[in-house]
Amino acid sequence: MAIKAMGRRMQQPAAVSEDSWIEVVGLDKRYQPRRSAPTQALRDINLTVRRGEFVSVVGPSGCGKTTLLKILAGLSPKTDGAVRIAGREVSKPLPEVGMVFQAPTLLPWRTIFDNIMVPAEIQKLDRDKHRERAQQLLELVGLTGFERKYPHELSGGMQQRAGICRALVHDPAVLLMDEPFGALDAMTREYMNVELLRIWRESGQTVVLVTHSIPEAVFLSDRVVVLSPRPGRIAEIVPIELDRPRELSVMSSDRAGVYVDRIRNHFNAAGVID
Amino acid sequence: MPTTEVADQTPHTRAPAPQQPTRRRFDLRERPQLWLVPAVFVVVVLAWEYGTQLLAVDEYVLPRPSQIVEALQRQLTDEQFWGHLWVTTQEALLGFVIGVGAAVLLGTFISQIKVVEATLMPYIVAFQTVPKVALAPLFVLWFGFGLTSKVVMAAVISFFPMLVNVIEGLRAADADRIQMLTVFGASKTQIFRMVRLPSALPFIFAGLDIGIVFAILGAVVGEFIGAKEGLGYLLLQTNYNFDIAGMFAVLVVLSVMGLLAHFVIRLLQRRLAFWAEDTKVIGA
Repeated sequence: MAIKAMGRRMQQPAAVSEDSWIEVVGLDKRYQPRRSAPTQALRDINLTVRRGEFVSVVGPSGCGKTTLLKILAGLSPKTDGAVRIAGREVSKPLPEVGMVFQAPTLLPWRTIFDNIMVPAEIQKLDRDKHRERAQQLLELVGLTGFERKYPHELSGGMQQRAGICRALVHDPAVLLMDEPFGALDAMTREYMNVELLRIWRESGQTVVLVTHSIPEAVFLSDRVVVLSPRPGRIAEIVPIELDRPRELSVMSSDRAGVYVDRIRNHFNAAGVID
Repeated sequence: MPTTEVADQTPHTRAPAPQQPTRRRFDLRERPQLWLVPAVFVVVVLAWEYGTQLLAVDEYVLPRPSQIVEALQRQLTDEQFWGHLWVTTQEALLGFVIGVGAAVLLGTFISQIKVVEATLMPYIVAFQTVPKVALAPLFVLWFGFGLTSKVVMAAVISFFPMLVNVIEGLRAADADRIQMLTVFGASKTQIFRMVRLPSALPFIFAGLDIGIVFAILGAVVGEFIGAKEGLGYLLLQTNYNFDIAGMFAVLVVLSVMGLLAHFVIRLLQRRLAFWAEDTKVIGA
C-alpha cells in the first residue's frame, strides 16, 4: 500500500530543483542574552538535501542540532544566511513541513484519529480526503483499531507512531524529526527504526532527523551530518552507502561498523562522548 | 549495537491494559470508604440522638436528629416552605450564572492581553481580599429587599474564585503543545480553541464547583440582611420563634442543595474534562 501525494501540493516556483529540496546556505545562529556576551549556536551551515532523501544530524549535546531543526521548522529565527524548503524561504512555520517531536505531544482530550487530523484541521484541508489518508497512515503504522482510543490508553511507542501519522497527514514536502525515539526503551526504539524506514519507503517524504544515537543515524540515513560542539559547524557529511531496503542485521556488518567508528571519531577527537 | 532478533519484537501487539470491570467499583475491600462513610454518619447521628438525651441537653440549644427529621417532614409538606426554597434557588442560580459568566468573559479577556492583565491584576487581588459578605447591607440598600440584591450578592461572591481559575487555567496550557500547533501553522485563535481552552477546562470546573456553593451562601446572606422570603429569611424566622429543630431542618435543606449542585458539576466535569481526573487545581 503506497501512500503518495494526493495532488494537493503547494505552488512550487518553477526553479525548484529536486536536488535542492532543502537548501541551507551560510546559516548562522547567535543568541543574544540580555547583559551578557552573545552565544554562537550555529556557524556557517551549508547543506543541500535532495527530494526524498533521508538525512540525519548527529552531534554532542548542545551542538545546536535541535536549533538547526527549529530553524528549518520556522520556530526559531536565523541570524544570518538563507534557508529554503521546496523553494520557499523559511521565516515562519510552513504548511509544507511536518514535524515529529521528542515527546508524542498528543492532545489528551482528542482521540488518536482526531489527533492525527490536527494539521489538516489547522490548514483547513479537505476533510474527507484527509480522513481517508489518516486512515491509510494508521494502517501503515499498525494502529488500525485504535482510532477511537485516547492517547493515555496507548503505550509510548504507539503514541509516537500516532505522532508520525500526524506529521504526515497533510502530505508535507519535508518531515522533520527531533529525537523522535529518544524517550523509548531500546527494544522499542530499534523496532521503531525499522518501522520508520518502511513508512519512509512508502510515503517518499524528505526526512531530516536529529538524533543522539550514531548507530540509529547510520541505519536510517542516506547521509549523516556530523556537527562539531558549540559553535555547531558541519564537521563532516558522511554518505551511508548501505543497500536498501535495510534490516537491523545490516548493523552487524563491517561496513556499518566503519561508518559508526568514523562518526564516533569526530566526537572522540572533540573530547566529547555523548 | 542493534541485533537481528529485535525486529520480531512487535510493540504493535502490546495493547493497553483492558479496562477494569465495573464490578470493582463496588468492591468493599478495594474501596472501604463505601461502607466507612455511611458508618460514620450512623455513628454520629446515634451519638447525637442518645448523647443529648443522656446529658440532658436542652432541645432549644441542640435538638435531637429525630426532632430535626420531624421538623423537616413538617416543612416539606408545607407549601410556603417550597416557595422559600424556590426563591433561594432562583437567586443562587441566577447569581451563579451571572457571576461565573462575567468571570469567564473577563478572565479570557485579561489573559489574552498582557497589558490588561498587568493593569487589572492588582485591583483584582485587592478586591479579592474584601470580605464580600460584608457588602450585603450595601447591596440591599442599593437594590432593595427583592430578588435583585440577592442575585447581585451571589454573583459577586461566585465571581472571584471563577475569575482566578479562568486566568490560571488559560495560562496552564503546555508549551510543547502550543509549539506543536505552531509548527503546523496554527493561528492564535486556533491555538486558543485547540489547546488553551481545553487546558483551562479542569480549572473552570474547579471554579464552578466553588462558585455554586458560594452563590448559595451569597443568596442566604443577602436574605439575612433584608428579605421577605427565601431560606435565609426562613432561618431567621425559625430562630425568632425558637424553632431550633426547624432551623436545623433548613440547614439540612441548604446542605442538600449545595451537594446536589456539586454532584451535577462533578458529573459534567467527568463528561467534559474526562482526561484530567486528577489535575491539581487551585481553590478560591
